[in-house]
Amino acid sequence: MSALINSIAGIGRRTLEGISRMGYATRFFVSALLHSGTAFRRFGLTIREIYFSGVLSLIIILVSGLFVGMVLGLQGYETLETYGSEEVLGVLVALSLVRELGPVVAALLFASRAGSAITAEIGLMKATEQLAAMEMMAVDPIARVVAPRFWAGVISMPLLAALFSATGIFGGYLVGVVLIGVDEGSFWSQMQSKVDFQDDILNGVIKSVVFGIAVTAIALFEGYDAPPTAEGVSGATTRTVVTSSLAILALDFVLTAFMFRGIS
Amino acid sequence: MDNLVEIENVSFGYGERQVLKGINLTARRGQVIAIMGNSGCGKTTLLRLIGGQIKPSHGTIKVAGLEVTTLKQHELYQLRRKMGMLFQFGALFTDMSVFENVAFQLREHTQLPEDVIHDLVLMKLHAVGLRGAADLMPSELSGGMARRVALARAIALEPMLVMYDEPFAGLDPISLGVTGNLIRKLTDTLGLTSIVVTHDVQESLKIVDYVYFVSEGVIEAEGTPAQIHASDLPFVHQFVHGEPDGPVPFHYPARTYEADLRLGA
Amino acid sequence: MNRALLDLWVGIFVVAGIGALMFLALKVGSMNTVDAKDSYQVTALFENVGGLKARAPIKSAGVVVGRVASISFDDKTYEALVTLNLDKRYGFPVDTTASILTSGLLGEQYIGLEAGGEEVKLKQGDRLKLTQSAVVLENLIGQFLYSKAQEAPTDEGTSNAAP
Repeated sequence: MSALINSIAGIGRRTLEGISRMGYATRFFVSALLHSGTAFRRFGLTIREIYFSGVLSLIIILVSGLFVGMVLGLQGYETLETYGSEEVLGVLVALSLVRELGPVVAALLFASRAGSAITAEIGLMKATEQLAAMEMMAVDPIARVVAPRFWAGVISMPLLAALFSATGIFGGYLVGVVLIGVDEGSFWSQMQSKVDFQDDILNGVIKSVVFGIAVTAIALFEGYDAPPTAEGVSGATTRTVVTSSLAILALDFVLTAFMFRGIS
Repeated sequence: MDNLVEIENVSFGYGERQVLKGINLTARRGQVIAIMGNSGCGKTTLLRLIGGQIKPSHGTIKVAGLEVTTLKQHELYQLRRKMGMLFQFGALFTDMSVFENVAFQLREHTQLPEDVIHDLVLMKLHAVGLRGAADLMPSELSGGMARRVALARAIALEPMLVMYDEPFAGLDPISLGVTGNLIRKLTDTLGLTSIVVTHDVQESLKIVDYVYFVSEGVIEAEGTPAQIHASDLPFVHQFVHGEPDGPVPFHYPARTYEADLRLGA
Repeated sequence: MNRALLDLWVGIFVVAGIGALMFLALKVGSMNTVDAKDSYQVTALFENVGGLKARAPIKSAGVVVGRVASISFDDKTYEALVTLNLDKRYGFPVDTTASILTSGLLGEQYIGLEAGGEEVKLKQGDRLKLTQSAVVLENLIGQFLYSKAQEAPTDEGTSNAAP
């Protein structure tokens, strides 16, 4: 009986802890936004972080984009051929990429490449008292360390997603047109007539900006909140990847429901 | 000579655990004072209280006449520019070179031209004997060197107060002597006040002016090194001579040995 | 890593990213949506718009000349009020016929414009008088079955035709 009560109490305690952690995360996020002045006044700090989260993610983004596009080309052709409409292969590849796969897969890769690195870096800075040292030197770590990384992530994410989609479409073109021999003219012209700049591409960009905000905010918070020990940092890194992947997929559903409802 | 740091009746606890219980402590300008005690007795907490990183549950802390606990964020930051702190393992910024580490505060808080910063940084590094290591990264330094770079960084803005958190921990005897000498020398030449938190009795007694012994959250004893050496308080005696048993027991509190081994049951 | 090299890499990254966006905008998507400032608006009432949607193309002689701006219901005539954005470059006579057509058998629906013979051109805010509603497949099938049933009233066709 007391075991049951204990387990119920445990659930209650964990729920409360979860909610207060959520509150702390929100406070952290707001404070990062409020202290963003430094990130723009001294843009060099942000550029440095764009290098670490954006440029260093390029390889994985480009290679994955190419392969995803090639698979789409292959699979799409197999399916469309059944209905004798191979000429819309370009549309299929492009729409899948710019609406969904580009923003989502790029964000998932970004979370595991850059997000985990951010968490590990901030967690280590905390564990080795670098953040405390900064505070003692009258420099606010939120303004100096957190905000530039946040904005770097928000800037990098849409660029990475666009690069992912572009290489993906190129991959689809390679497989569809060069390898299989779908007519090149209809591949591009069908794509152009069916992919709308505002409805498809712009919405895709908006998605990737939202994912960028979510992933970097989660990564920064997990790092900042990590217990200052080796296990603490490694646990936080894992949590970053898990939490931000779930956040990306959940947000994707919400955004898709908002954006593409009622558009044929 | 007046007091730079005045701590009156300060208590502090993490959650239910009371770490400090009514501490009184003063540091005069120009002195090196040491706070000693066994591991986990709240010495580091005391430094964080002085730096205003945490707030006491009770009592007052004054630095240069300012009440730290009631300062606003920007006033606190203003005060911290006049404080330096040496963290236990240096806490150097791992993504910056030694030079950039020492230049950090100069870049953050001053608008000095690059060549002035360059000269100032090299002067500070020269003072700790590491001018030649300016271009190394923190990962390339030994523990003792990292500690000295951190010291150069702590004095970059010519503070009035420098706090040292376990400056002697994990150092070889030579580095130990070097660090101890540096603390004394810099305090005297720059007119600083130094607060050293340590459990290294022999090394610190050589360089300090006044010692506080902290145990179980209260000040057990205080005095000049000569007084400490002459002290016959059992705690001080045990601590200074490193005896395994005494007022600080060898055994963690437990049931009787017999009961634990289930003898006579 | 020195400052200049870092700036260079970030520069390359940003340029490539913006290049990818431009590629998506120009090569993949159609940026040539008719803007409000380069177009004039006319309205038309349709009995039934079928599956027509906002942003659907408006074609004349197979060339896209505009886009559907909005579709709403007019509660005076009980008809669908469609606003058309037409490209400023193209003028149409006032007696132009607008019909809702389907590309292919089951493709998307669009508005087809067929020019009349008048000299006076349409201008901003005009209303097209001649419209032809969407062909609703269900009605078509219904009509077909009805006419079939009338053709052979003596047969047992009625029961056969309505399974």
